Amino acid sequence: MAEDLKLFRTWSSPYSLRIVHALKIKGLEYDTVLEDLSNKSESLLKYNPIHKKVPILVHNGKPICESLVILEYIDETWKQSPLLPQDPYEKAMARFWAKFGDEKVLLSIWSAFTSQGKEQEEAIATTANNLKFIEEQLKGKKFFGGETIGYLDLAFGWMANLISIFEEICNLKLVDAELYPLLSTWMDNFSNDPVIKELWPPRDRMVEKFKAMREPYLSKVIV
Amino acid sequence: MFGMRVRVALAEKGIEYERREDNLANKSQFLLEMNPIHKKVPVLIHNKKPICESLIIVQYIEEVWKDKSPLLPSDPYQRAQARFWGDFIDKKVYESGTKIWTTKGEELEKAKKDFIESLKLLEGELGDEPYFGGEEFGYLDVALITFYSWFHAYETIGDFSIEQHCPKLMEWVKRCMERESVSKSLGDPHKICDFVLMLRKKYGIDQ
Repeated sequence: MAEDLKLFRTWSSPYSLRIVHALKIKGLEYDTVLEDLSNKSESLLKYNPIHKKVPILVHNGKPICESLVILEYIDETWKQSPLLPQDPYEKAMARFWAKFGDEKVLLSIWSAFTSQGKEQEEAIATTANNLKFIEEQLKGKKFFGGETIGYLDLAFGWMANLISIFEEICNLKLVDAELYPLLSTWMDNFSNDPVIKELWPPRDRMVEKFKAMREPYLSKVIV
Repeated sequence: MFGMRVRVALAEKGIEYERREDNLANKSQFLLEMNPIHKKVPVLIHNKKPICESLIIVQYIEEVWKDKSPLLPSDPYQRAQARFWGDFIDKKVYESGTKIWTTKGEELEKAKKDFIESLKLLEGELGDEPYFGGEEFGYLDVALITFYSWFHAYETIGDFSIEQHCPKLMEWVKRCMERESVSKSLGDPHKICDFVLMLRKKYGIDQ
């Protein structure tokens, strides 16, 4: 029996992609509502009045917001192909690293992407430090989830998608395969996994989008 | 307010533990080893394994000692709502609260406005229930109640009354404070206020 499932997302949002991939892994069918964030639909504002953001998963008419919260909801509601480990300690670790990724790593990489000169150098150094921690988490594992893609792989998925795009636009190397062999391999394995690959947003459109997003930062005067 | 959350959760579950204080102006080697990423408290060490980040610790406690006084509902949708609001508290309430005591003038006024707005949203979420967990004290109550120890500091610096804007929320506070797990775990609001006023003076925020 098909579930009453709707996903509000944009074509490129990395947070939305987490949910797209999770639903695919769980083998769930759903309706997609593509949003234009410069012109948010009434439904989006109704379902997420607090943050007014995507993704929003609406299940049986009830909305769930915030991508990591949605991932846990999906995992708890549909038990096939588990995303989170069963062990409470391993689960806590997965949650911890996902939070670290969203709060620290994403910030430092975005900063490296949008800044210049000394500020960029500092952002690159912070990124390097952050990536070292992540590299360590992959020791002895193909994916962060172990043999198969799990919650933390989906949480870190934006790295596999966006880092090479940022590197291309800025002409700098953030994830050097020699310095981060495990992370580089993971990025390849993740991107090439059939479930993930099928739903990757088109690269040329992504490059175009992020080049445009970087523009306002470039015209800032550096004192 | 984050360390207090863990104390409340452990007390609710009746779990005994050893407490170690740390001086954040001079962090111990032990803390740095247990939390090398953020170098912060709280850190829960269970069977020699460290868990960091207060709400992650509370969820861990909930999952390990699941048969004692459950803090999260069993329904996935209600769990998602609790996690959503916990995240909201960590981002919006904490951010605006922090801005209240670290800024002045226009920035302070804006922070006050944001803070009150956030509390009002939470008050709406509480509705007519005794606790955010419904009939029972739960995860979201743990997440928010520890901020109460900072209310006096915010009100003093911002020159406003939280009770005036959110009377129902203050009723909820009183209800929570009747629980020993809460009253014994929260910091002294006057000590916190004095500490924060001292910091404001030290960093010249008041001038």
